[in-house]
Amino acid sequence: MNERLRAAELDPRLLGMTGALVAVWIGLDLASGGLFLAPRNLYNLAVQSSVVGVMASGMVLVITARHIDLSVGSLLGFTGMGIATLQAESGWSWPLASLAGLAVGAAAGAWQGWWVAHRGVPAFVVTLAGLLVFRGAAYLVADGKTVTPLAPGFGVLGGGIQGSIGAAASWALGAAAIAAIAAGIARGRRTRVRHGSPPRPAWADALRLGAAVAGIAGFVAVMNAHTQPRSDVARGIPVPVLLWIGSALAIALLFRATRFGRYVSALGGNPDAAVRAGIDVRRVTVGAFVAMGLLAALAAVITTARLGAGTNSMGTLAELSVIAAAVIGGTSLAGGRGSVGGAALGAVLMQSLENGMVLLGASSAIRQIAIGGLLLLAVWIDVAARRRSADA
Amino acid sequence: MSPRVEMRGVSKSFGGVHAVERADFRIEEGEVVGLLGHNGAGKSTLMALLSGALTLDAGEILVDGQRVRIASPRDARDLGIEALYQDLALADNLPAAANLFLGRELRGRLGLLDEGRMERIAREVVRRVNPRFDDFRSPVKRLSGGQRQSIALGRAIHFDARVLVLDEPTAALGPEETRQVGEWVARLRDQGLGIVLVSHDLHDVFALSDRVVVMKGGCVIAERATAEVSRDDLLELIIAGAPDGS
Repeated sequence: MNERLRAAELDPRLLGMTGALVAVWIGLDLASGGLFLAPRNLYNLAVQSSVVGVMASGMVLVITARHIDLSVGSLLGFTGMGIATLQAESGWSWPLASLAGLAVGAAAGAWQGWWVAHRGVPAFVVTLAGLLVFRGAAYLVADGKTVTPLAPGFGVLGGGIQGSIGAAASWALGAAAIAAIAAGIARGRRTRVRHGSPPRPAWADALRLGAAVAGIAGFVAVMNAHTQPRSDVARGIPVPVLLWIGSALAIALLFRATRFGRYVSALGGNPDAAVRAGIDVRRVTVGAFVAMGLLAALAAVITTARLGAGTNSMGTLAELSVIAAAVIGGTSLAGGRGSVGGAALGAVLMQSLENGMVLLGASSAIRQIAIGGLLLLAVWIDVAARRRSADA
Repeated sequence: MSPRVEMRGVSKSFGGVHAVERADFRIEEGEVVGLLGHNGAGKSTLMALLSGALTLDAGEILVDGQRVRIASPRDARDLGIEALYQDLALADNLPAAANLFLGRELRGRLGLLDEGRMERIAREVVRRVNPRFDDFRSPVKRLSGGQRQSIALGRAIHFDARVLVLDEPTAALGPEETRQVGEWVARLRDQGLGIVLVSHDLHDVFALSDRVVVMKGGCVIAERATAEVSRDDLLELIIAGAPDGS
């Protein structure tokens, strides 16, 4: 079995996670009497997951580089308040206000990265300070008041009534995604043959393609099955989910196919070796925090668009879900190993539990306890897996 | 003809402790130099200055007679000075090709990493060093000491190295692998590389080097052609530290 997995180059951890996710979904669906797997709830789950999911890809970079970012929830609150205030008070258009928010997020990331990389303060401390500073700043933006109304059209980014792309565009996008995956698999085979390494077994590539087709078609069908209120008009893929997929693909490309991403991995694997290989580790560290700040601001765009308002408590405790999503998804807290795809699955898993518990009527106190327990469990699994691989 | 690399009067101190003091050192083309001394004699610091891991307090470094500035490992590499560290300086979580090209990745279209080309070259380079090496997929932490060293050596020689610094190259190896190290040191010298073997163990160095340099207390205290010195004399120099000419 293990031999076959290795030949197919399927990550057993990712397979295990997918299995866990399916089990959780079935369990929650049974417990909620079929509410959980209804199209309406899955649509909401997709939108909810996108906030944590967007940030989880950035957290993969930060944790892989042996750092941590505890400030992302607060930074979401602060940039979100800025984005809302620029629209409600200063009359900015939503694209301009969103870009300003993204710029502030990137700058905040650069600021924290500078303290870590150039001043040698541990990321834990820098971003713990950031957690307090940005939360305080979020309050000060509007003296704690809720900021509303936001610019017309902004709600599209939040996945609400107008916030999805409809049935036809969803199918077209799904077909394009399948075509791209098929082309990628084919190119991978050709490249390997050209460079004289053995290609993956054909059945493994067929399995990949089959899973991609089933997953994408299933997703589009479910999103289309959820209709606009009091009508038969299909909603289709929510815009925030597209923002999530787009940003996750960009970060995955950055992580796996660029020098920057390679250096993030090297830095996490062996910082001394990275320095001696002539890598500018400071720049790489700052870069990881800039990406994280940018993504926290993108999550703020989605959150404010979804709420239709800015509140200073937005994103409270989100850092824990984000870190848990990354770690559950196979990113090692010891650094050097991360998976953007895994983090996306982790985000869905975290959000499924949260969403399912709400459906089952669990109080927020119970939900906090469960999320805390899950975080502990995820890290323990990571530690145990690492100890086992160190023995091997 | 100027030596390939020459260090003149170089010094380095750490908080008042003179790790290296006014040391002179040179490496010729096609020569193996043994750099000997106890732990703390200054040999690792001297080589760190050469490979850019540390920067000089005083003195100068010349490459082919030209004064150069080595402020970082990258500067040293650009001058053709490569170091093979005792701990190998590998990123354990990455596979062989990623380590071989670390810091010098090949890029293709759009500036993205060209993994296929890097792996193909890595196969050629590492197999030249170690014909039995074939695991190019696993992270290097899963490989044996000898395999890991093959990667580090492949990295050191692939990029047109002209001077190669080997820090305790046989410390972590078994007898068979140690013998292989001896073979490729001789081969690389014949190709015209200047090689420095850093060791605290005389026996590692004696058989392989053309010339030996002994350090003690941060100073270079002796320099001999290997053919003209006995092991016992060398041992006495390392232990007693009798300076040249006394």
